[in-house]
Amino acid sequence: MVAPDPFLPQPYRVERRRRELVGAVTLELAPLVGARPDFAPGQFNMLYVFGVGEVAISLSGDAERGTTFVHTVRNVGAVSGALTRLEVGASVGVRGPFGRGWPLTGAEGADLLLVAGGLGLAPLRPALYAILARRERYGRVLIMVGSRSPEDILYRRELEHWRRRPDLEVLLTVDHADADWHGHVGVVPALIPHAGLDPARTLALVCGPEVMMRFAANALLAAGIGPGRIHLSMERNMKCAVGQCGHCQFGPFFVCKDGPVLGLDRIGGILAVPEI
Amino acid sequence: MDALPTATAAVLDRDGLQALIEALAARGFRVCGPVVRDAAIVYDEISGVADLPAGWTDRQAPGRYRLERRADQALFGFAAVPQAWKRFLHPPVETLWRVRQGEDGMLFSSAVETAPRYAFLGVRACDLRAIAIQDRVFCADDCRDDAYERRRRDAFIVALNCSEAGDTCFCVSMGTGPRAEGAFDLALTELLDASRHEFLVEVGSAAGEELLAGLPRRTATEPDRAAAASVVARTAGRMGRSLETAGLQELLESNPEHPRWDEVAERCLACANCTMVCPTCFCTTLEDHSDLSGGSAERVRLWDSCFTLDFSYIHGGSVRQTDKGRYRQWMTHKLATWFDQFGSSGCVGCGRCITWCPVGIDITEEAAAIRATPHIQGGDHG
Repeated sequence: MVAPDPFLPQPYRVERRRRELVGAVTLELAPLVGARPDFAPGQFNMLYVFGVGEVAISLSGDAERGTTFVHTVRNVGAVSGALTRLEVGASVGVRGPFGRGWPLTGAEGADLLLVAGGLGLAPLRPALYAILARRERYGRVLIMVGSRSPEDILYRRELEHWRRRPDLEVLLTVDHADADWHGHVGVVPALIPHAGLDPARTLALVCGPEVMMRFAANALLAAGIGPGRIHLSMERNMKCAVGQCGHCQFGPFFVCKDGPVLGLDRIGGILAVPEI
Repeated sequence: MDALPTATAAVLDRDGLQALIEALAARGFRVCGPVVRDAAIVYDEISGVADLPAGWTDRQAPGRYRLERRADQALFGFAAVPQAWKRFLHPPVETLWRVRQGEDGMLFSSAVETAPRYAFLGVRACDLRAIAIQDRVFCADDCRDDAYERRRRDAFIVALNCSEAGDTCFCVSMGTGPRAEGAFDLALTELLDASRHEFLVEVGSAAGEELLAGLPRRTATEPDRAAAASVVARTAGRMGRSLETAGLQELLESNPEHPRWDEVAERCLACANCTMVCPTCFCTTLEDHSDLSGGSAERVRLWDSCFTLDFSYIHGGSVRQTDKGRYRQWMTHKLATWFDQFGSSGCVGCGRCITWCPVGIDITEEAAAIRATPHIQGGDHG
């Protein structure tokens, strides 16, 4: 069998579109021919809008269910903006999936801590689906989600649903509360010291703005969790997604193929260096 | 290119070299070699020995390149030319695919054109190594660039053992030259003195041997081989500079905050010349163009440079905002993180980045400056 050309997008169609937040939508993309490829939680696709361009977007749906690719996209540029404006039935080009995702295989028996900042919850959601599909294999499962304000909480209904599960601890915090907010106020790394984590058992999966991930990594280290048990989903400029265009370099790593999920034991030394 | 058990060798005169070029053309190769153009020696299509830069040499120095007349009629009496062979194997502009709007959605089709079969005449040792380094980028096991691989596989390589070293050359210290080693079909050494103008030809592949067999030639004698060896030895002794490579990877990876980066950033113009002339720099960007009717579009891949602000742009701003960050990225990648990624240095010691830097920044000097006062940084995560 000839390997597919990694540079050539495949045509997909917007099957469903859901408005999530101001400027953010979730798209379900179905292939025009054949079935969507399998993906692992934490991987990403390159999404192409006709004549506008291409952008890397993480997969945010259930890897084990459904026939579509699910992507939550925020309007932060020309291509992502065009994606958020697509209607049901619109055509999208898809390359992927690419990259290395969350290290869930081998995590059996561990306590799992998912730390999300803002839209960083989107790449973590497939990991949570996978964990819940075989919940009995893990110890404690905690999700910490930080958002700017209550209106900015992504997947809020789903979070409320998860919050009612006895086998899941969901901690929400916001930077700016409103009158109806009765939860935590402050940045998400501030929740870490009070979570009663067992450092030897905990595996931490972190995704959010880089500055938030740096603070979260420090808080996790301070809680006694080893750098090999802390995993961050990094973001860099991506063009080719296969380690040939050079844009996504982060020290020795190509974030597109060595990551986007990288262990703090590998990136701890460069994470704090500006402009690496 | 199949390795042969013993290196067969022959000697060609100028007519024999002409016959070599013609034989390659007759086999359907587009023969490319050095020609004089725009006050520089560049690689382009050639049809015979008369196209070669007979009697020309170059004077290279940091930020300086000048052609000068030689006292003799040497055909290869110059050092590294501005643009390496990468522009043939890894084209500066390449359309990857086209797309049009169909009834049911987008229809994508590959647009990569079939390249000519190239024969490269005069591939220096440094450039031979550079090609091998780019092979690792584009022919990786987990992702192959089929078009690159095709161009590469079809290419016939006539290597050149250098008879001149430029002031900016440092291949000896990089272990990459001046003697061509590795994958070539034939390798030339120009033997030129008052009594003769000939070329020792060594065979590096079955295709090379087959081609050589049809050329007017004589068998190489021991004195011919000795003369060729002394040409290479003389060149090796005339290197303009050197780069100390021992421990360089660790040195650079542990010194991202060395004050020298600030100092070089004061001089660096972030013009990207070094990345354009570098024979191993492989970075590209992708551009999407659509036609005026909006019915079709295409994706084009172009050479890009880590010195542009756009290169590291993510929403919110570029990761590497300063010249310091960008120069550090380029040099650290070239000399250090390249080992992590591809198992070798990304530098072959050709000196092009020194010659073609408009302000004469010298990578060997910058590395030496960091080595002189290393500030080892700890692994804090703050």
